[in-house]
Amino acid sequence: MTTIENHTDLGQAPGLLDTGRSEAGVFGAVADWTSSTDHKRIGRMYLGGAAVSFIGAAVVAILLGVERISPDRVWLPVNSLTQMFAIERFGFTYLVLLPAVLGVALAIVPLQLGARSLALPRLAAAGFWAWVIGGGLAIYAVVKNGGPGGSAADYVDLFTLATVLLVLGLLAGVVSLATTILTTRAPGMNMRRVPFFTWSVLVASIGLIIALPVFLGDLLYVFIGHRHLGSVPNDLAGNRALDAWAGFGFTQPTTLLFVIPVLGFFADTVATATRERLRPRGAIFGAIGLMLVAVFATVVQWPVTIRSPFTGLSGGDKFRDLLPFALVHGLPALGCFLALVLTGQAIVRSRKVTAPVVFGLLASFLVLSSFVDSALLHIADAGLAHTTFEEGNWLAVVFAGVLATMGAYTYWSPKWSGRTLPTKFVLPLGLLAFVGAELASLSLMVAGFADQPGAVAPAKVFPTVQDGVDLAGNARDAVVNFDYSGPMGMWNLLNVAGVVLVLLAVLAFVALALRSGTAAGDDPWDGQTLEWATTSPAPAANFADVHIVKSAEPLLDLKPSNRSDA
Amino acid sequence: MHALPSAAAPAPRRQVFVGTALACAAGAALLGGMLALWLRFRDDAIHGDAGRWVPKGVAIPGVASNVMLLSFIPICVFAQWAVYSAKRNDRPHTGLALGLTGALGIMFINAQAYIYTQMKLAANGGTYQTMFYTVTGVMLALVVVGVAFSAVTAFRFLGGRTTDREVVAAHALYWYFLSIAYTMLWFVVYVTK
Repeated sequence: MTTIENHTDLGQAPGLLDTGRSEAGVFGAVADWTSSTDHKRIGRMYLGGAAVSFIGAAVVAILLGVERISPDRVWLPVNSLTQMFAIERFGFTYLVLLPAVLGVALAIVPLQLGARSLALPRLAAAGFWAWVIGGGLAIYAVVKNGGPGGSAADYVDLFTLATVLLVLGLLAGVVSLATTILTTRAPGMNMRRVPFFTWSVLVASIGLIIALPVFLGDLLYVFIGHRHLGSVPNDLAGNRALDAWAGFGFTQPTTLLFVIPVLGFFADTVATATRERLRPRGAIFGAIGLMLVAVFATVVQWPVTIRSPFTGLSGGDKFRDLLPFALVHGLPALGCFLALVLTGQAIVRSRKVTAPVVFGLLASFLVLSSFVDSALLHIADAGLAHTTFEEGNWLAVVFAGVLATMGAYTYWSPKWSGRTLPTKFVLPLGLLAFVGAELASLSLMVAGFADQPGAVAPAKVFPTVQDGVDLAGNARDAVVNFDYSGPMGMWNLLNVAGVVLVLLAVLAFVALALRSGTAAGDDPWDGQTLEWATTSPAPAANFADVHIVKSAEPLLDLKPSNRSDA
Repeated sequence: MHALPSAAAPAPRRQVFVGTALACAAGAALLGGMLALWLRFRDDAIHGDAGRWVPKGVAIPGVASNVMLLSFIPICVFAQWAVYSAKRNDRPHTGLALGLTGALGIMFINAQAYIYTQMKLAANGGTYQTMFYTVTGVMLALVVVGVAFSAVTAFRFLGGRTTDREVVAAHALYWYFLSIAYTMLWFVVYVTK
């Protein structure tokens, strides 16, 4: 016996295959959902919260983008610009990107493992509510003139403390996920046989278990420092500290850790579409694992930058710059590239593509380009520090997560809602979102090459701006004190157009997910992994029987006609 | 549904233990990151105008901090004693060991409070003061969680869940983590100064 409700006795329970739907009316349903420890519900609640947050953050991004198109008139209050930039960054990163990826993982990983429930489900549920409360309080604090750039000291504190709560909640979900992968795999499913998506979630979870607490510790220092030293000139006090010491949690490479599961999702969808046993499996696992190296730069907050001017350095100094740069930025990018290429080979070979594959491919491409751009950002001679290049890079990461989440919903919706979304509508939306993502991010990167100042100085990435960095000044410079005439206005217009396209695509997708779709069979994609071995939608306890796994593609073993090695 | 071969439901694979281990890893990253920042600020202060990190006139009670460190030796012994006894279904000894672990944890909290009282640091006095309270406060919070863990484990075991050995093992693991965490903190905050 253990402390965990792991449904070990459900083999005899009459309600094993219940769908979990309440018959007690609306209030009963609400109570069921809010108190649920069912991983599918927790995951979907995360997805719902992320979708709502996305709309809010995208609207703020559009407002700020419009402001940057024309220098002639400033219609947003100048003193609020820093807070608006901060809420955009906070919202997209911690209310959209990470919760969306976490939500998909929570909803699907136990199904892929053949598990009847999540490990530590109450911890995950508590984590979700901590995220909701923390996120709500953080936004409330910004509205009340708190947060980065805010002048109401109590609400600056509230913002910091709310972020602590939010990060704790996300961390609880991550610990629950990692424990699930390590402890609840079906009999016979060793770590080499776990699905690619599950593997990538484990890799990302390990990274987040190391990175998020460091972020948390910095936030605690900043909170106590601001609370007690608010009026004392000090590195720990004031809004400056939020960026200087906690800013790394909002920029690359930290955010790149959040999107590692995108590559796993892509590999799973390719395997399903091509009906192949993806090989070399170990190499794909290794490539995804290599992306974890990004956590190193995150945790130590070490600005692994190639100094400027690089050409003027002696041979020894060049080597001293290049080696850590190649390790910290090159290895994760190489891992991402290899994962994409090794997986993509199967598509080239079989020429079979489905809608989820397209989503996965486009999102993976965005992730790869983000890794490369993040490396470029750290070459001092490129002169991209303090520019909008970093913002464009960050936006690409966020939209990669959004695109992958749309793809994941398309792929796994039969297991959550029992319906399959219509491909003829979903696919154009995915393409629209990708075009929007590229427009929004590339335009800012090009503007960065033209020295358009970024709104948020990544102080921890570039310590040269650590001393004397003035967030409010940065935001003002980004909007007011820059000449937007000529092509600059066009780049910013394209940025706004890109965000609008992504917003429209997401809104249409949400509407489609809520209202459309046809009843799905248990295995509509002819899948290989265990989630397709249960009914659609999956019942409360996931599986009627505990399955024995004899290969990495247990369902393919049952389909001789589909076996690539048959 | 696909007719995969089925088996009996497998025994749970130490979920609490693995979850605790991951939580300990997160705790180590939390405290490690905070101590790294502490060292960074200390280095800046020593090489700055002030030339010192610990403010003038501040004396750290070495005896109390050393006793706190030493208390982790019996804590770890008692926590492991609880595991040993639980494996043998020895309820009295398990309860006693868990009780002693929790009691020593409370002693640790008391000693930390004593240090706060003796040092008489004002939280708004400067960087050292705020960082001192933050980092030791986080350690204190982790120990409070440990004491609560001891209490819950003891109540469950004494309440009759004697086969619940995994939780006792996870409890011991958590206290091992705390002993390592405090050793790091003790060296950086109380010894290196």
